[in-house]
Amino acid sequence: MTAKDRQLPDSRGYFGQFGGKFVPETLMSALYELEQAYLDAHADPGFQQQYHQLCREYSGRPTPLYPAQQLSAKIGGATILLKREDLAHTGAHKINNALGQGLLAKRMGKTRIIAETGAGQHGVAVATVCAMLSLNCIIYMGDEDIQRQSSNVFRMKLLRAEVRPVSSGSRTLKDAINETIRDWVTNIHNTYYLLGSVVGPHPYPMIVRDFQSIIGQETKEQVMTMYHRLPDYLVACVGGGSNAMGLFHPFFHEKGVKFIGVEAGGQGLETGHHAASLVAGRTGVLHGTKSQLLQDKSGQILVTHSIAPGLDYPGVGPEHSYYKDIGRATYVAVTDAQALEGFRLLCDTEGIIPALEPAHAIYYAAKLAADLPQNQLIVINLSGRGDKDLDIVAKAIGMDL
Amino acid sequence: MSRITSVFRPGYKALITYLTVGYPTLETTYEVASILANNGCDIIELGIPFSDPLADGATIQKASYQALQQGITPQLCLEVAHQLHQRIATPLVFMSYYNPILSFGLETFCQASVKAGIDGIIIPDLPPEEGAELEASTKRLKLDLIYLLAPTSTEERISLVAEKCQGFIYLVSLTGVTGARQTLPPELEDFVNRVRQMTHQPLCIGFGVSNPEQARRAGRIADGVIVGSRLIQLIEEDATFSSLKSFTLSLREALNLI
Repeated sequence: MTAKDRQLPDSRGYFGQFGGKFVPETLMSALYELEQAYLDAHADPGFQQQYHQLCREYSGRPTPLYPAQQLSAKIGGATILLKREDLAHTGAHKINNALGQGLLAKRMGKTRIIAETGAGQHGVAVATVCAMLSLNCIIYMGDEDIQRQSSNVFRMKLLRAEVRPVSSGSRTLKDAINETIRDWVTNIHNTYYLLGSVVGPHPYPMIVRDFQSIIGQETKEQVMTMYHRLPDYLVACVGGGSNAMGLFHPFFHEKGVKFIGVEAGGQGLETGHHAASLVAGRTGVLHGTKSQLLQDKSGQILVTHSIAPGLDYPGVGPEHSYYKDIGRATYVAVTDAQALEGFRLLCDTEGIIPALEPAHAIYYAAKLAADLPQNQLIVINLSGRGDKDLDIVAKAIGMDL
Repeated sequence: MSRITSVFRPGYKALITYLTVGYPTLETTYEVASILANNGCDIIELGIPFSDPLADGATIQKASYQALQQGITPQLCLEVAHQLHQRIATPLVFMSYYNPILSFGLETFCQASVKAGIDGIIIPDLPPEEGAELEASTKRLKLDLIYLLAPTSTEERISLVAEKCQGFIYLVSLTGVTGARQTLPPELEDFVNRVRQMTHQPLCIGFGVSNPEQARRAGRIADGVIVGSRLIQLIEEDATFSSLKSFTLSLREALNLI
């Protein structure tokens, strides 16, 4: 990463007017300590080498950039490429960040790791890394998500993580984060909070972005090797926004590359049952950061809905709010029904079962591709595989498993 | 000197109490606030309920949730404050997470607070690093913006808070969320001494304080104690509020005996 890329966040953790550190006083010193430890690790070639070696030998990186010829042919427009994060160990991009922060926690001498999870992909990634690095692991997960992502709960338990159900509020990711923060405030002395997306107080949005940027860095090299040019569009789903930021960020200064973030339109924006914070939210503060937020007129956080548990979050990373603000990225919403179409389209054409989160991106990219000439290149971040979602999809399409 | 700072005088230990506005009903808030004011309480914190109270334990989480179910809004809390200000002379402080205030508009909220008779604001998720914008309004309108310190606060942070804080400094007794505790941490005295060496501001201890014995221990080293979750439990346990009244008196007596 060059000095130029490191300009944001600023020293106070802001991306333009978004970001910051809105947390209880008890956590402030720990955030400064984390920031210093991260910057030291980041500048240490030994740490970087260890991270990249594990990415290669343990996670199976680089993940392929796959030209989806059948999908592209069926649509009959632009050329679609899939960045295959679903092929990384544990089946999603979440491992990139879990590995990086796990190493950081170890380096800081922390022995107890806590994390939130929505879909369970981050929880599984953290449990995996903790098993490998011999760290104690506690995962907070909303009751609602435990019900709908039970296979991931079992995976976490097999990896000897303790899964603590959260029954407050909407019983999803938002509430799991509240509970993880409460644990961190209580056990601050020995505990590392391994946050899973580009959200939360500074320095988390920066740390998670940096570890996920390996997605965009690889994509850049791969597309240059294959096509001797940069892509025209990058399309990724956005819940908290880590897979999208990981893909986008290394292309920030490449002005010809357009970024499209696809949010969860749920049952339709007009119904209010969705999770499209960038498309339909307004500025607020949640979980330590100032960003776009789904809230009522009194500033209470709204209960969100998405068929994809990993997108079911009322906030979004502050850097995405900044990208929207400066017009660097466009954000759109795709409904549950459209995401299911995207899901089936990829199954049918490419023999790949995507997670419901990137199925949102697939649907949008397919529509986009249809109106573009074949020489245009669209990269979709296929951020995870769909095994975890089979129950949800079966129910949605009325199939009995 | 603000109405809050004038509470703190040599040899006197202040009793500060917290209520979630509208829990379980608005009538309860009015009635309990009067009982507190008439039985030795020096400052009343009115909690504006928030959907995601991440610094709070189970008791205040539940109270906030139910208050929101009752339709309590920041606007309604302002009206409650206004009513209470007519009825009791006790200084009133809002305790709110940052987002409801930000959503209201910082300047508008501060103006409305002053008009309602509010003397100060406590925001558990607003460290001084993020407070400049709000301070611009509170300073001009003479509202005390009360910051918090925790056992994990470094010397650098203690001096930052001492410089920015008005009214009193809220010392969080322990690393954790709000809620009644059987014991306060053994390091409490060291923590208070550490802060005392760096500032002359009044220091009040909150989080976990839930009986007269703990109040006495905290009162010996600080200028006041803050009790919240235990009062909410007593509201739940006894709808006549007579146990809440005798509990408040017992706290007052414990502090007077120091």
